[in-house]
This record gives sequence, C-alpha cells and structure tokens, in this order.
Amino acid sequence: MINQRHSAHLLGIKGMDRQTITPFLDLAESYALLSRSRKTPRDVLRGRTLINLFFEDSTRTRTSFEIAGKRLGADVVNMTVATSSVNKGETLLDTAATLNAMRCDLLVVRHAQSGAPALLSQKVEASVVNAGDGMHEHPTQALLDALTIRRHFGRLDNLDIAICGDISHSRVARSNLHLLLTMGSRVRLIGPPTLLPSAFGAMENVSLYHSMDEGLKGADVIMTLRVQRERMGAGLIPSEREYFSLFGLDQRRLTYAKEGALVMHPGPMNRGVELASNVADSPQSVISEQVEMGVAVRMAVLDRLLRMRSPS
Amino acid sequence: MNNVIFKNIRLIDPANGRDEKSDLVVHDGKIIGFSAKDAPKDAYIIDGKGAVLCPGLVDMRVSLGEPGAEYRESIDSGAQAAVAGGITSLTVLPDTQPSIDTPALVSLIKQRGRETGLVSLYPYGALTRDCAGKDMTEMGLLKQAGAIGFTDGARTLSDAKQMRNLLAYSRFLNALIVLHPEEPSLAKGGCATAGALAVQLGLPQIPAEAEAMMVARDLRLAEMTGARVHFAHISTAEALDLIRGAKAKGLAVTCDTAPPYFTMTEDAIGDFRTYAKLSPPLRQERDRLAVLAALADGTIDVIASDHAPADADDKRLPFAQARAGGTGLVTLLGVTLKAGLPLIDSLRLLTSAPARLLGLDAGTLSLGAEADLCMFDPDAEWTVKAGKLPGRAQNTPFDGLTLKGKVLRTFRAGKEVYTDRTLQKGNS
Repeated sequence: MINQRHSAHLLGIKGMDRQTITPFLDLAESYALLSRSRKTPRDVLRGRTLINLFFEDSTRTRTSFEIAGKRLGADVVNMTVATSSVNKGETLLDTAATLNAMRCDLLVVRHAQSGAPALLSQKVEASVVNAGDGMHEHPTQALLDALTIRRHFGRLDNLDIAICGDISHSRVARSNLHLLLTMGSRVRLIGPPTLLPSAFGAMENVSLYHSMDEGLKGADVIMTLRVQRERMGAGLIPSEREYFSLFGLDQRRLTYAKEGALVMHPGPMNRGVELASNVADSPQSVISEQVEMGVAVRMAVLDRLLRMRSPS
Repeated sequence: MNNVIFKNIRLIDPANGRDEKSDLVVHDGKIIGFSAKDAPKDAYIIDGKGAVLCPGLVDMRVSLGEPGAEYRESIDSGAQAAVAGGITSLTVLPDTQPSIDTPALVSLIKQRGRETGLVSLYPYGALTRDCAGKDMTEMGLLKQAGAIGFTDGARTLSDAKQMRNLLAYSRFLNALIVLHPEEPSLAKGGCATAGALAVQLGLPQIPAEAEAMMVARDLRLAEMTGARVHFAHISTAEALDLIRGAKAKGLAVTCDTAPPYFTMTEDAIGDFRTYAKLSPPLRQERDRLAVLAALADGTIDVIASDHAPADADDKRLPFAQARAGGTGLVTLLGVTLKAGLPLIDSLRLLTSAPARLLGLDAGTLSLGAEADLCMFDPDAEWTVKAGKLPGRAQNTPFDGLTLKGKVLRTFRAGKEVYTDRTLQKGNS
C-alpha cells in the first residue's frame, strides 16, 4: 500500500493495483540494466539522506538498500537497534521524533511487529519503506520476485506459482500473494497444516496443498520459503529431517513442475531443509538473480517515493 | 434541593414494567411518588421536555486504574465518565496493582467511591491472591467487607481442579463468580480473532473456539458444584449456544456482553487500529449477529461497558504490543440503543438486570428507592470523538461513530451529578 499524505510510503503490497505496481517494475528493469553497465545515475538522490532502521538483524536486505541508496547518490546511514532495547513501544516513537529532528528523507524500516512501519509512517516526515514487519509484509521482496519472474516469462499474468513452506509466519508469502494475484496469476500455497492457515483458501485464485507432489504439478514458478528452527520448538513441525522429507524441494519433486520452472528462495537458504543443494545450484534456480534484482527494485522504490512526495 | 419533582417525562422503569408519561417526586434523595400531588410545596421542578427518565445505569464490569495505574483512569475520573454516561452504580474489577484481595482494600475502594460523591462503587474481590491464579483469597472475609462477587478480571484459571475448588467454596458463600472465558494456552500471544483478516495482517491469532472451550469446561464445573457462574463479555455464537443450553438445563449461569461485540467486527482493526484491540478480540459478522440474537432472546442477561482505560503510550504501539481494551462508560447507553431492542428491554439490560444479578439495591424506580436517575433524549444524535470524552481515558473503539441517544442529566440520590453541556445554560 502506497500511503501518501505529505510523504509517500511503501508499507505493503495489499491495496496496490497493477497501475501502481508496474511503474516500479519498469523503472527497476532500467536500473538493473544500468547497474550491470555500472552507469547508475548518482545524482538522483544526491543530497538526500537514507536511514536503514533495522530492529531485526538482516544483513542481506540492509545491504541491498544500502547499495541501492549509494548507487543513486544518497547519504546512507545504518541504524541497528537491538530488539532487547525495544521492549516498550515508546522507543519506536521516540526514535521517530529523533529521526524527524535529523531531517532524513527516506527511512527503511524492519521490525519484528506487524504494523510497526505503518505506525512510524504516521509520525515521521520521511518516506517510509517497509523492509519487513513481523508476519505482515515485505513489499520490496515481492517486487524483486515479480521482476525476476517477469524477466523470464515476459509477463506476470496467467502463471501458476507455488509458494512452499512456512506460509503462516512469512511476510514474503503475504506480499507475494497479493502481488501475484493482483497481476493476474494463480497461486498454490503448499505446506503442513500447522504452517498454512486455511483462511488463505478463501481467496480467489488461491489453492492450498499439503502435498508437494500435488501442489507442484504444472507450476511455472516454485518459491521456497525459509523455515525457522524455532518452529520446531513451538511444536509446529517435528524436525528438519521430516520437513525436508515431506516439503523439501529435491530433483524428483522438481520434475512435477513444468519443464524449466523457476526455483526461487528469498534467502538465506537452509540447504537440505527447504531445498536440496543441487536444486539450489541448478540452472533453474534464479536465487542469485533475485538478489541482483533486489538492488534494482530498491533503487526504483527509493527514486519513485521521493518523486511522489508532495512539496511540504 | 431536597425535594424535586420531574415533570414532562417519559418514565421507564424496567424493574416494575413501567413505560409511561408520569411525574416523579424525590424527597431527601428517595423516590416518594409519581404524581405532582405527592410533592412537597417547595419542590424544585425539573422539566424533562419529553425526555426519558430511567434508573441510573448499573455497570457490572469496569476496570479503573486505581490503585496502581491512576494515569490510565482514577476512581475520580472514572466516576466523572460514568455519570456522563448515565451510570450511577459501577462494579470494579480487582486486577489492579495491588489486586483487591484483602478486606482492607475492598473497604478502601468503597470509601474512595463514596468520596467522589458521584457514584456507588462496588468492588469485586479477587478470586485468587494477586489474581495470579494460584491461592484462594479469603472470600468470606472479602464478602463481609463488601465484595460484590469474585473474579480474577481478565485472567483465566487454567487449572480445572483448582477452579472446581473455587466454585465449590463460593457455593457455600453463595457468592457470584465472574469469569473471563478464554482458553489461555490457545489465546497465548494472540491479539486478533483467527481468520482471513488476521492472517492477512500477519497478527498472532486467537481462535474463536478458545471462548467456547472455556465456557464448556466451566459449565461442567458449575454443574458439579452448583456454583453461581457468570461469564463476562461473551462474543461468540458457539459460547452463546452452550450457555443457552445450560440455562435450559436449569444451571445457575448468567452472562453479559459488551457493546463492541454487537456493534463491530474484526474489520475495525484494519490498518492496525489499536483502539479496536480488545479482549476478547472483535469477532466476525456471524458472531456479532449471534450476540444480537442472544440479546433479543434473553440468553444474554446484562450489557456491561467492559470499560478498560489505556493511555496513549499503551496504545501507540505496534498492534500486537498495544494494550487490549477500550473505554465504554460514556458510550454504554448510546451504543446499546444501536442493538435495536425495544427501549424498555435495552434499559432492563443496563439497570434492573445487573442490579438483580449482583443483589444491589439499585436499578429501580420503586417507591422508597434511592433516586439514582438517568435522563436522556433517545432521539438526540451525537458523534463519539476520542480526545473529547469526559474522564481521563480516551481509547474508545467507537471513535467517529454517530450514536442516537444522549444522556442529558444524571442524578445520584436525588442530587444532580451530571448535566450535559447543551443544558448548562438556561435549564429549568
């Protein structure tokens, strides 16, 4: 959802339509080409300050935003806030007040609580980009996944896309679900009942599977999700060994999908848990390309949000 | 103003089945008649201008911050909010800091209520010490000190054997036990009703079944022990079906609901709106309709405000971390009228029914009763505005809702304790 009052924010994919999503992807496409040719326009964000405010560790996402900002010429500051010091929300809003005083332009936020970036966006003058909030959304991940898919198929409609694993706790799954359905594709969600809420089944063009073999049949794209070890402690799955046995993507299961189906993963991967090593490294895997597109998408998001800001 | 005569009023007294144009005469704080000819010659005349005059409302479930969290709501500020809502008797929960688990604290709370001069305050006693769910409180001594019933507030006892003992003990004291029915392990960590919305928002969920499971357990224990059990703020169709069945079997079971559960659904928490984060969480439409039906068929005995004050720091947090609860004193009458029940039935749920359940000498306009009165215009519209409500706490889930039914004046023992701003100039 793009919220726009004085500032434009990217808080989630839900609520965005095709006309809003496509320009992000188009611009990201051009930034991907420029990045490869090492001719990125360093004047786009010159004089602007981008703060990466991470309440959770995430080297990959933070670095991706950092590179994106620097390629566009922004001054990038990384703030990592230990979760233990944020046991009271006043800290979050105090942080907002501090950031306002520092007059930053773009604020990239990751937080363990769903809705935290939305709350911050009400209090800061900077444009807020949700870099992952709890189990809610991770919009730039969905955009980079979409860009990766579009580059291979030339379109985002009329595709069958399987999202496999811990759907319940995944912000990546939620954002991807909204984006892919909005763009006209069909989504299969595959996972054990403890990690796959049946409520998703009520959505149009979404089908649920508890069997990888069934769910992967004829899929154009297979998105695997990271499984956190804590899910075992919480009694949601019995062991990594069992998980891989029933829901891991291996070469045999890959054959159920369409020939040449894309294999994706938001990283970091647990090899031998979500997917077999030889699948992760196979020609069908576009995991490295996802990382590359991540930078391009984040460049596009930072650029467009600043352009969308109304003069205040 | 020892002697007052109310004229030009529609008198509604559910306790006595009255709904008629009548006068009402008050002498020394007591109701002494219903005709102008009963009035002493020096009686002060209040012209109701066609408004409804009913018993002061009796609210059987209120959290106040005192003692321990007066920044949320003190007894004084809560009393001001109560009378602005037409409430003259309120029953306060004991899960404060410290908990109301000693006779001295029960006496203190009652005393603090008297000091406000606005309302009658009736504390519940804690069911277990410190409302911690372990050791039984001195229920007998607490009752002697004035505890109106026993509850651990918003906490649920998970240990069924211990609950059986508590119910058995309360039975011998003929004490009312008020329970927050929510299976704690299912509800642990949750903040929104399980379903499509919570899934999409990525919020930890509480299945609606958590309520019915606890109701089912405690109904069995009530049957085993013969205790008087009251379930608070029932919000699901399934729990209501269980209670309906238990009543048909003749168990001494009662329940209440709170206005959000027949007015709103989970949709109100969209965009992570923490003012609508309540406990139990707002449910789905089928549950809301079931609550309305249960109000109409008598399965639900009482409507209580479930007033739960929170300050900005409690609510300006990410949804899962924000404090659950909404204010409800000022909006109790107006939101109740939205249920669409006949007026006398709505008022019964707010006056005589809770008074009878709690054994209070209140909620009636009988001759000799204390003149606790609420005068309201059932047709006047007003819009709820958070930040502009009487009292300290402003966390209303009804922010922006337009209500039909406005409290004009409230009287406690014949003394006017609240006057609507629109009447403050040039009233009769």
